[in-house]
Amino acid sequence: MSIWEYANPKKFTATVTPIIPWAFGIGLGLLVVGLIWGFFFTPAENRQGESVKIIYLHVPSAFLAINAWVMMLVASLIWVIRRHHVSALAAKAAAPVGMVMTVIALATGALWGQATWGTWWVWDPRLTSFLILFLFYLGYLALWEAIPDPDTAADLTAIMCIVGSVFAFLSRYAAIYWAQGLHQDASLSLDAEENVSDVFWQPLVLCLVAFGVLFVALVLLRTRTEIAKRRTLALQARQRRAEVRV
Amino acid sequence: MKAVFVRDLRLAFRAGGGFGLALAFFLIVVILVPFGVGPETAVLRRIAPGILWVAALLACLLSLDRIFALDFEDGSLPLLATAPVPLEGVVLAKAAAHWVVTGVPLACAAPALAFLLNMEGGAYLTLVMSLAIGTPALSMIGAFGAALTVGIKRGGLLLSLLVLPLYVPVLIFGASAVRRAADGLSVATPLLILGAITLVVVAVMPLAAAAVLRINLR
Amino acid sequence: MPDLGIYAFAVLASYAVTLVLLAGLIGLSLRQWRVVKAVLEKVEQDGQD
Repeated sequence: MSIWEYANPKKFTATVTPIIPWAFGIGLGLLVVGLIWGFFFTPAENRQGESVKIIYLHVPSAFLAINAWVMMLVASLIWVIRRHHVSALAAKAAAPVGMVMTVIALATGALWGQATWGTWWVWDPRLTSFLILFLFYLGYLALWEAIPDPDTAADLTAIMCIVGSVFAFLSRYAAIYWAQGLHQDASLSLDAEENVSDVFWQPLVLCLVAFGVLFVALVLLRTRTEIAKRRTLALQARQRRAEVRV
Repeated sequence: MKAVFVRDLRLAFRAGGGFGLALAFFLIVVILVPFGVGPETAVLRRIAPGILWVAALLACLLSLDRIFALDFEDGSLPLLATAPVPLEGVVLAKAAAHWVVTGVPLACAAPALAFLLNMEGGAYLTLVMSLAIGTPALSMIGAFGAALTVGIKRGGLLLSLLVLPLYVPVLIFGASAVRRAADGLSVATPLLILGAITLVVVAVMPLAAAAVLRINLR
Repeated sequence: MPDLGIYAFAVLASYAVTLVLLAGLIGLSLRQWRVVKAVLEKVEQDGQD
């Protein structure tokens, strides 16, 4: 099995179609179990009290918000280097999912911040980086929408994704420098993974896996939709040509 | 390459070429800010470095779509692409011309506007230096954005959406250099990093911009 | 139902926001697939006539 077999859209659709319902089923099932476990069966944390329950949503969505972009970067590279058509469409399919994850991470983070820090928003490097990431998703999707020719759009967005990745990375470190320059007490930011005890860790891992499986399911589904869309356009163009000839 | 550079400069200085437009925009934004935040000198003095950098960045953005759009419309861009000069060189020359037309005047005019905002006296030199170091990167990144959106009708808004997030690192280091100077701190670190960003951008971005142009001209 | 104390709003709102957004994304993706599939099938049939 190699990814090149699945450069054939027909093969990809045939393989993926039976997987999608399973992936959704497993993802949603794990999510329900993980969230119920986290919500009802974990104790309150010493410092943060019951607000710690937000971790089961915040950390997985933030994790995926970043990794969705990484996946788009890899898919874009595969498309640019080896013209893997399905790969280009998968990058397009992942972008809205990644954007929604970014929004979830920002929203739950704001609620969490309001509860524990007493403020919805601080210009902390982490928070700011996510805001910038959101802008990159926005620009990426807008570029896809703006270009009518699908191959040109795939090429341009792929290069945009690659260049954007470099700048997103740079922005992250620039933001760390910047916030240190502004206010020295960056201790507001609680690093989630470092001080998570086992009680919270186990349901959190479950939720991480659940979000991951759901992400895969969504990307497969949306890629299949994009393939069908492309095929529709191609068939319509062919029919128009046939009509002209008659 | 030199011919492209000179030609772009001539076009810009000709009537309606847009020279001075960026400068006027810079002036207006900086004048509008006190109306927004109130006339207190202390407040304006504090935010002056940031305001000046953001305004300069927006003024730079204003004329970006002209870099390639006009040549694309009248068909000279495909000709340039088939010219013996590599397309990367053409991109670099055009970005350089954009910088001479916008970045240099902005850097020169910034102290006058800093005066209006009562900026701290020690920061003037750093302001000019940081703008002089940072604006080439702004022009080059902008040229990439302009190349991305060259085939899109009314792509101006999309261009700013794509380019502004890319401006974040330049803005952070540029403005922080001026802020540090205003606080009487050492400005070497942000200026050096700003210079590094500019050098890397000028070296690498022409490749990306030229690749994007080739796709758009296909 | 655990006693959430002063954090009730934050926790419940977080869960609500997340679940609504996730459900919206999944629902929208499924609907897009159905619409696109219907159009594709129609076009494919037209092609065979």
